[in-house]
Amino acid sequence: MSVIENHVVHRQSSHCESGVVANMLNSQGFELSEPMVFGLSAALTFVYLPMVKVGGLPLIAYRMPPKSIISSVCKKLGVKLTSQKFSNEDEGMKALDKALEEGKIVGLQTSVYWLPYFPEDMRFQFNAHNLMVYGKNENGDYLISDPVFEDVVTCSAESLKQARFAKGMLAAKGLMYVMDKPDNNVELEVQIKKSIKKTAKMMSGLVLPFFGIKGINHLAKKIDNLESSSDEEIGMFLSNIVRMQEEIGTGGAGFRFMYASFLDEASQLLNDDALHEISQYTTEVGDLWREFAMQAVLYCKKRKNIKLRDVSDSLRLCAERETILRSKLLAWSKV
Amino acid sequence: MKKEEVPQDACKTYSGHKKLIYAVDEKGHYEGVKSSGWEVEGFATEMAVKALDNQLNKAKQDFIQGRVSPVAYYAPLFRFDLMSLAHATGFFQWQIKRHMKPSVFNSLSDKKLQKYSDVFNVTLQELKNPVIES
Repeated sequence: MSVIENHVVHRQSSHCESGVVANMLNSQGFELSEPMVFGLSAALTFVYLPMVKVGGLPLIAYRMPPKSIISSVCKKLGVKLTSQKFSNEDEGMKALDKALEEGKIVGLQTSVYWLPYFPEDMRFQFNAHNLMVYGKNENGDYLISDPVFEDVVTCSAESLKQARFAKGMLAAKGLMYVMDKPDNNVELEVQIKKSIKKTAKMMSGLVLPFFGIKGINHLAKKIDNLESSSDEEIGMFLSNIVRMQEEIGTGGAGFRFMYASFLDEASQLLNDDALHEISQYTTEVGDLWREFAMQAVLYCKKRKNIKLRDVSDSLRLCAERETILRSKLLAWSKV
Repeated sequence: MKKEEVPQDACKTYSGHKKLIYAVDEKGHYEGVKSSGWEVEGFATEMAVKALDNQLNKAKQDFIQGRVSPVAYYAPLFRFDLMSLAHATGFFQWQIKRHMKPSVFNSLSDKKLQKYSDVFNVTLQELKNPVIES
């Protein structure tokens, strides 16, 4: 077994997908921050799908579906993206080895559950976790840069295979991808403007009441309707929202702060004070999402006489402020 | 959120790990700050983990007492619910519910059982005779 160690830049990130894109390009000498990746991909959103149940609880997401960050950023920046899926597991592992031998850094879609370096309480059946492989050590273990971890890690071939080929919803089917940095200079200014406009437009929601600001209000109403449910049901429902918001893939507030960071960086790049003001406003919105999480948990703990209505009202406040944020972003992108 | 407000509650669920959060410095600009956890988030996680553990303990007792098949024990052990298990195995949810009955499970062909073996990453032998971890 030959030892391979390709050059990698590992920077801890807030979210796996934006982190992999940033680190992969940084490893090739193309500087781009994680918030910039996230902002350019216009991935900020809100989704509440009561009919899709995860562990018996409704799906709530604070960003666009998996893989959309990778594809939209590559498209916008002219990054050449080569991806492959496999029906045969061993071929999938061989292809990974070959790409490593060619000196490449390889992105993989994996299941969190089968990655042994994840802490026990964070392992669950989620098939769309992104990481990068940059080599192999003398024991045949893979060298991995997992963007949400502080340092690089290793993983046995057996576990990595299991994680790549886990079946189920969003199954990765061994998906691996390689990026080649763009040859030409990228016109970031133009792309920043376009992506802010897109994000603003999406925030109002689509026709259905499950997306964007409409979705947030819909969820608030659902919380009001919990009044007749048992304490245990209410507890599970509320803690699920908080868990989705704060834990799984950096969550609602986390994504809002990352977006604010993108706006801050963009304002410096474009030398635009108005954009910096919007960044500060986005920070306030993120703080409100945290406030809502706190209210929900205080309700579960039965502290300070918090009523369900208080919890849903703090969520409505998020919706109200996101409406204002949307108009600010839209107004800015029209100038 | 300001840099100094980034929670450092050393959450048990993080197992000593740290997450990156973007926060604002004195001049109103952003940078990444490591967080050892937020008590609010930790509470929600522990609640979910506790619910899963209760589910697993119940399935364990039911299996030991012969009320359910190994499928009903392995599903919560590997953090599957009916929907995710249906997606992973290709069975319908009503089929899986049937397979959780010992009588139905015992009459299943090895070919069908293999689907469960693959998803749980256990051998056929282990699937049929689970070693119960205490």
